[in-house]
Amino acid sequence: MLRERIIPCLDVSGGRVVKGVNFVDLTDEGDPVELAERYVAEGGDEICFLDISATPDRRETTLDIVSETARNVLVPLTVGGGIRHPDDMKATLRAGADKVGVNTAAVADPSLIEACAARFGRQCVVLAIDARRVGGGGGWGRPPDGESYEVVVSGGRTPTGIDAIEWARRGAELGAGEILLTSMDRDGTRDGFEIELTRSVSDAVEIPVIASGGAGTVDHFVEAVTAGGADAVLAASIFHRGEIAISAVKDAMTSAGLAVRR
Amino acid sequence: MTVPPTRIAVVDHGAGNLVSITRGLQRVGADVTLAVGPDDLDGADGVVLPGVGATASVMEGIRAGGFEETLRTIDRPLLGICVGMQVLFEGSEEDDTECLRLIAGHTRRLSPAPRLPHIGWNDVTPTGSDPLFSGLETSPLFYFVHSYAPVPEDDATVIATTEYGESFPSAVRSGWVWGTQFHPERSARAGQTVLSNFVGSVAAKHAA
Repeated sequence: MLRERIIPCLDVSGGRVVKGVNFVDLTDEGDPVELAERYVAEGGDEICFLDISATPDRRETTLDIVSETARNVLVPLTVGGGIRHPDDMKATLRAGADKVGVNTAAVADPSLIEACAARFGRQCVVLAIDARRVGGGGGWGRPPDGESYEVVVSGGRTPTGIDAIEWARRGAELGAGEILLTSMDRDGTRDGFEIELTRSVSDAVEIPVIASGGAGTVDHFVEAVTAGGADAVLAASIFHRGEIAISAVKDAMTSAGLAVRR
Repeated sequence: MTVPPTRIAVVDHGAGNLVSITRGLQRVGADVTLAVGPDDLDGADGVVLPGVGATASVMEGIRAGGFEETLRTIDRPLLGICVGMQVLFEGSEEDDTECLRLIAGHTRRLSPAPRLPHIGWNDVTPTGSDPLFSGLETSPLFYFVHSYAPVPEDDATVIATTEYGESFPSAVRSGWVWGTQFHPERSARAGQTVLSNFVGSVAAKHAA
């Protein structure tokens, strides 16, 4: 039976792991290679590595850190940030990534997804979508009629007016093998994953969906899978600070009848 | 007198992560070289054909590197991983590609499956007692990332199966040619055991 995956995420900028709230107010959380090794020892099923400085600063992804991490961990590594061309993807794979995330450049030119899938196989193309709720009066919970989710690019700086659920569907058609779906509204808040968004996307596509943004308790992880339909759940700061152990998340999932890797 | 380390050549067909497999083999004591051409396979006791990529581009890389004939007539132990296993068969439904024909059968899209690609950790159940799985528990977990799987002509080539919507062959063997649909180099300790078992088989063949 395929196991639900728990994915610790390392947002990296300038060679350090950083974390913010709603994509801003970044704090230093440690050394990427050391953290990745710790997470694998604690039971992380996969490591996600996002160079969040890459797009705004037009910097190349820090491939040497990818390489060092890949040499030291024995679980898969997904790497995103600053991928603008299939050659960027090739360099990232060769540095030691198993899957590569595309985001801003794919919105600007969706054929990037097709080109990467044709060359490397769709199974290693991850479409990262940063979405936020638009319309209506706000407040947590299910968006009332008239509200929707909008794709935001360039590390949360540039709204696009594109509907996130439509974009997920189109990305899957173009050749994405997985969706990494981050709720900007929930990112770093610990209020729980945006279940409605997660459910809408997981219903819209037939590829795996990774829920991201908002993890605060072990029950949030369970909910992302049972109510949101996510195939994997990703979190960053609560793992960095040791507030929730990966093993505790897995215990909660097991109690809820979900299969995890022990 | 110390026994020299087993020499394993990893075929570099131009795409994909070679860091993990290289490190994985080194961890279990192999002397690893990256082969960029068929001559680089000369000194090797065993060969690993890794695989991240689409079938057509992997076959293109194999042909462009001049590996095709050498691999088709390989006389040493070979381990194909993921797409590197799929290309060992006669052909693939992915991109309608003609492959290496080392094992009779074809590769087809997994169906029915809950979601594709099949990504994550899943149980691998050995069907017999192939040495590739020695020292492992009954159904160890391995990491998968693929949408296609082989359909060997001869059931006897299947050495392990996995369930995902249906049961599919997750490891195969024909003579000294092995293939795994999962990624041992990304499958924690169980994966290291598989790599160690492969290197052990290579060493045993070399010594014989």
